[in-house]
Amino acid sequence: MQADTLSGGFADPAIQSAHAFRSVMEAMARPGTLQDIAGATPPAPLSNAAGAVLLTLCDTETPIYLAGDVDCDAVRAWIAFHTGAPITGPATCMFALGTWQALMPLSVYPIGTAQYPDRSATLVVETPDLTQTGATLTGPGIKTSASLSLPDDAAFQANHVHFPLGLDFIFTSGDRLAALPRTTEVQ
Amino acid sequence: MTESAYNFAYLDEQTKRMIRRAILKGLAIPGYQVPFASREMPMPYGWGTGGVQVSAAVLTPEDRFKVIDQGADDTTNAVSIRTFFERTAQVATTTKTAQASVIQTRHRIPEEKLSEGQILVYQVPIPEPLRFLEPRESETRKMHALEEYGLMHVKLYEDISRHGHIATSYAYPVKVEGRYVMDPSPIPKFDNPKLGDMAAIQLFGAGREQRIYALPPYTDVVSLDFEDHPFEASKADHPCALCGAEHSYLDEVITDDAGGRMFVCSDTDFCEARQAAGHTGKDAA
Repeated sequence: MQADTLSGGFADPAIQSAHAFRSVMEAMARPGTLQDIAGATPPAPLSNAAGAVLLTLCDTETPIYLAGDVDCDAVRAWIAFHTGAPITGPATCMFALGTWQALMPLSVYPIGTAQYPDRSATLVVETPDLTQTGATLTGPGIKTSASLSLPDDAAFQANHVHFPLGLDFIFTSGDRLAALPRTTEVQ
Repeated sequence: MTESAYNFAYLDEQTKRMIRRAILKGLAIPGYQVPFASREMPMPYGWGTGGVQVSAAVLTPEDRFKVIDQGADDTTNAVSIRTFFERTAQVATTTKTAQASVIQTRHRIPEEKLSEGQILVYQVPIPEPLRFLEPRESETRKMHALEEYGLMHVKLYEDISRHGHIATSYAYPVKVEGRYVMDPSPIPKFDNPKLGDMAAIQLFGAGREQRIYALPPYTDVVSLDFEDHPFEASKADHPCALCGAEHSYLDEVITDDAGGRMFVCSDTDFCEARQAAGHTGKDAA
């Protein structure tokens, strides 16, 4: 076991997770906004933002799929120690974590059922750069329109068509995050 | 036992994570009722346990918390919930709508327009708008899945055929983003137009029924109606007897046993602020 497995979690879990959740909730409620998130220092290649999202939302009840480079011993051990979340495949996960390329294809993740559209995966997408430029976003949470640098516009348009089913996305980059729920229209 | 013996905001962290995940899915599917594992709270069901659990999951120590019950800050339910979070989350509290970052409400939306950065948490008794038309959860779930809302329109139509107008005056059903029919909780229909044009995040918690749902800011919310019987946000046709407000929702207060009554703002903060600013109604002391 590496030393950094035990470190890097919330020092004050109740308070720090409350702050981190507000960032995630603001991001999900207002697509296109960038939110600061702090408190976690997970092992590479995870960003601090992705680490904080996992600590805030994941536990033994939430199977996680690790896609690509993030599926390494250091990350697995860190998630196991700090959250206890089981690691699973994409078809059975509640959360998926990785870069956009590693997470492809989107068709393998659960998008919910007609009676339970909430039983769908949330994808935490590690993004090198997150800016309020690029694709135009409209929909719930957006007053007129917003912009967000998305990795692939067409994939989010296809996801939106499934509404009320679909995937929800949290983009993490360094100490910041943004989110894109299935309701957002991307142009 | 001292307050510090409890975790921040009373609930344990695993419970808060479960509620937080439900809130996020609720925001992603506006109007859809997300099932959640509601906990026993140190107050009975019907006293706002759903709202309390949602508030516990969103509060941070920096928040300023306001609780209203039918618009009033000073009723038993509002005072006890406000004190509960003062003691378990050490949050500052206020009765001023504009100063609050999180507002828990039972059956009203504040008169004052809410802003971005504020969160409105509703206490919901019966989250299922179709429940009194179809008692089986298995059936109402199918009806939502199939977008089969004809029964609701029949109910509103029967209102018209019996009373000449849509007699539903509170918990008036709305359609969210053209998809889910949602119960806005028993707010007066006077408040319905505020649901859609809201800068704040709206979260709904039903403790006994174990459901959480949400409206992100600026969500499209339409009150159900008919072309020839359009929705009307009605209120008692009086000015407030204390502050003279013409456009606030009013409570009727019986003042004696000889038919005496007065109409006063249900939003006590709104009414007090107007009185402090020099507005007076006909019964002002």
